[in-house]
This record gives sequence, structure tokens and C-alpha cells, in this order.
Amino acid sequence: MRIYNHPLLEFKKGEAITFQFDGETIEGYRGEPIAAALHAAGVRTLSHSRSYNRPRGFWCAIGNCSSCNMRVNGVPNVRTCVEPLQEGMIVETQTGRGELDV
Amino acid sequence: MYNTEILVIGGGPAGLKASLSAAEKGALVTLVERDGHLGGQLVKQTHMFFGSKAQYASERGFNIATKLGGQVAAHPRINVLKNATALGYYEDGVVSLEVEKRFETISFRAMIMATGAQENTLLFPNCELPGIYGAGAVQTLMNVHGVVPGRRVAMVGAGNIGVIVSYQLLQAGVQVPAIIEALPEIGAYHVHASKVRRMGVPIYTSHTVLTAHGRERVEKITYAQIDQNRQPLPGTERELEVDVLCIAVGLTPLTEILFQAGCRMDYIPELGGHVPLRSDTFETSVPGIFIAGDAGGIEEASAAMVEGSIAGLCAAAKLGYGLDAYPGALAAARRELDALRNGPAGKHIRSGLEKLAAPGEVKG
Repeated sequence: MRIYNHPLLEFKKGEAITFQFDGETIEGYRGEPIAAALHAAGVRTLSHSRSYNRPRGFWCAIGNCSSCNMRVNGVPNVRTCVEPLQEGMIVETQTGRGELDV
Repeated sequence: MYNTEILVIGGGPAGLKASLSAAEKGALVTLVERDGHLGGQLVKQTHMFFGSKAQYASERGFNIATKLGGQVAAHPRINVLKNATALGYYEDGVVSLEVEKRFETISFRAMIMATGAQENTLLFPNCELPGIYGAGAVQTLMNVHGVVPGRRVAMVGAGNIGVIVSYQLLQAGVQVPAIIEALPEIGAYHVHASKVRRMGVPIYTSHTVLTAHGRERVEKITYAQIDQNRQPLPGTERELEVDVLCIAVGLTPLTEILFQAGCRMDYIPELGGHVPLRSDTFETSVPGIFIAGDAGGIEEASAAMVEGSIAGLCAAAKLGYGLDAYPGALAAARRELDALRNGPAGKHIRSGLEKLAAPGEVKG
């Protein structure tokens, strides 16, 4: 749900691009945080907790809290609330602490 | 390794003002900012500031960010490192940094900590369900990125942040069916609180959230009235369907590096948690490490800017810059700060600072 008319603010967005979220193609704007693009597309669950596998969304939206950590282009624990969206990114819900492909 | 005279950590209102005031006195400054832009949390603040003209009264936060950020970026004696996170303080006086995903170190003669604060969480069953967000997070999502958090948002906290964000939600076309406040009184300035009330938002004081409901995301909350001991009163429970619950229950100073540097800290609830002891010149117990803004005690951006100016002046003076005009400039800035804290709204911070200034200690 994006804001198109705001009494005070104008949102300068980058170019419309697509990226992959858990195998699905989603549209967003280049340079906005990944989590903002996902939220606008209705996605709320970004990760699952380590011990009880509970769903987690973002909490702080400024890169402090790690609640929004996801796997991006194979790299785990990317803070998606501050990581700029790029065309063709592969974004995956992360479960647990995240594993590196070695 | 980078080298600088004054290292400023944090590019929010305090850090920007600290950088400018130190550089104007002649010091070489390096400003380290974690985000890709300057301004810190000012960038999402759409409300007008109070205070006097010197503190940007009647200007909106995001405009102040643009103005100060522009001055800092254009200053010949300020080097700005963006996308740069301070990682740690080492005992040989070096700070390590991640700059644009590279590891770097920086040495300096004085450091100003302007790291700001983080939002507090609130504990209740299901408090971490998706859809339960910090009020600042909602402000960022909505006012910076142009995405509304949901259709129907309950707000917890009737302090300035809770009430201002509620108003901003309404501005963006989102319903706010309730503001829930545990204290018996509204903490926000009346001008803000009466604005949301006029728009039909009820503020329930002496109430709290008991639980959130939902499997994959918040769908409903239960809230109830509480007694003086903050215990729920049986029979007062009510349910409210919402798709977002916004938490505005205060902030905690970000002080990791101060602890690491061995600064003497004290726990002062009025200031939001652990804060460093400091001298009249905003220097902590570790010589050469200065403090400004929310990292030294939760207050408002206006006060953070004045504190930044003072810390910048004092750090520069410590290195021998701007000594001629120093006493006058310092006294003027202190008067500005006192004026900001003078009213009933400043009572809280005044009592916190008094506690921090225990007899025989360095003063707050």
C-alpha cells in the first residue's frame, strides 16, 4: 500500500524494477529498502525466529534490531530495512541464524 | 587508516551541529554516518519544531535535515563518511569502521559521540508478531519511503512520538482507532494531542495492551484499564481489530562505544537508561570523548542540536581552536539549552540531569 497523494510530502522514487521473493516476482522501486518494497507488496513475514520458528517482520526500520534479516543473493542476515533494492535481487525468507554457502 | 582531529559519530541533529561548530572554529572533522544520508531521524519528521528561531522553530524536521546536511557536506573542513558504521573503540584510541562494506580504522584527537537512540519494546504475549512495529519505524516507512504500514493502526503511547505519528498516520489516510497510554496523563504537548482528538481518535489513559492475537501477523489486540500498580482491572478488557500495532514507549540511548571506551556510566531512568557522566563541557570521564544528543539522555532534536553545538565548541577548544570567542559562545549556547528545558516539559530532563550530577562527581 503506497501513498500517492500526501499533504506535505512528495516521494521521489527510483525506476520501477522487479526482484524475486521466495520464487515470486515482485515489483519495487530501485534504491528503496527491500523491506519497504516487500511491505508495499503485502509481505509482512521476513524471517522466522531461531528457537520457535515464529514469524518476524521488521521492528525498527533503521538497521538497529536485526528483526528484518533475510537472505539476499545468497547472503544471509542482510538488514533488509536499510539495504537498497536492486533489479533482479533474489530475496528469501530466512529461518534461524542463517547459513553461508561454503 | 584514516586520520582526523575530531571524529563525530552519528550524522543526526546532534552530530551535524557538532561537526559544523567544531569545523567553524578551525578543526578538521570527520563525520561518520551509518546510513546513506545525513540527518538521522530528522528525515522522517514532518511536524514543525518548537523553540526559538535559533532552534529552527516552525520548520519541519526533514527540511532541517536538508539544510544542515547541505552545510556539512559543503564545508571544506568536514569529511563525511556515509554508509559507515563505527564498530568498536580500541584502547590505543582508534575506532574501527565498516565503510561501504570495507573494514577501516580511524585515529583522532577528540571524539564526539552523537549516536542517538533506539526504540524501546514492550513485552506482552505475541509482542513480536509481524505488524507490531516501533513508532519510529512506521514513521520511516511512511514518511521516507511512502508506504503505509496498514489500514488500521492502534498506537501504544501518548507521548509526543505516539501522538505525532498517529497524526501522520491520519494524514496518510490510515485509521487510528485508539491511542493507549499506561500513564494516567497524556505526555504529548497539548497542541499535538488536541489535534488528534479533534480528528476523532480516542486516547485511553491508564490502559495497556494485554495481548496481541494472530498467527502470521497481528489481527486483533486485547487492551484493558490498569490500576496505580499497573495491574489490569478485571472486567475492563476490550478487543480491537487492527492490522498494525505501533509501539511508542520511549527510547534508550545507544551507548555501546561509550561503555567500550570505559566512560563512567550511570543508570538514570529520566534520561532513558545508561548514560555517561559528563563535565560542564560535555566531556565524558575519558578525556577527549565528548557526548551530545540522545546518546547522553533522551530529549528532543532541538536540544540535541544545541548540545551538538556545545560539544563541537568544547572539543575544538580542547585542541586549541576558537579560544578567543570560546567563553562567550559557550555561555550563549548554554543559555539556549536552559531556555529549551525551562518549561514544565523540561522537568523530566532537568531532574535526570540533577541525578547525574551527584555531589563530588563530574557534573551533568
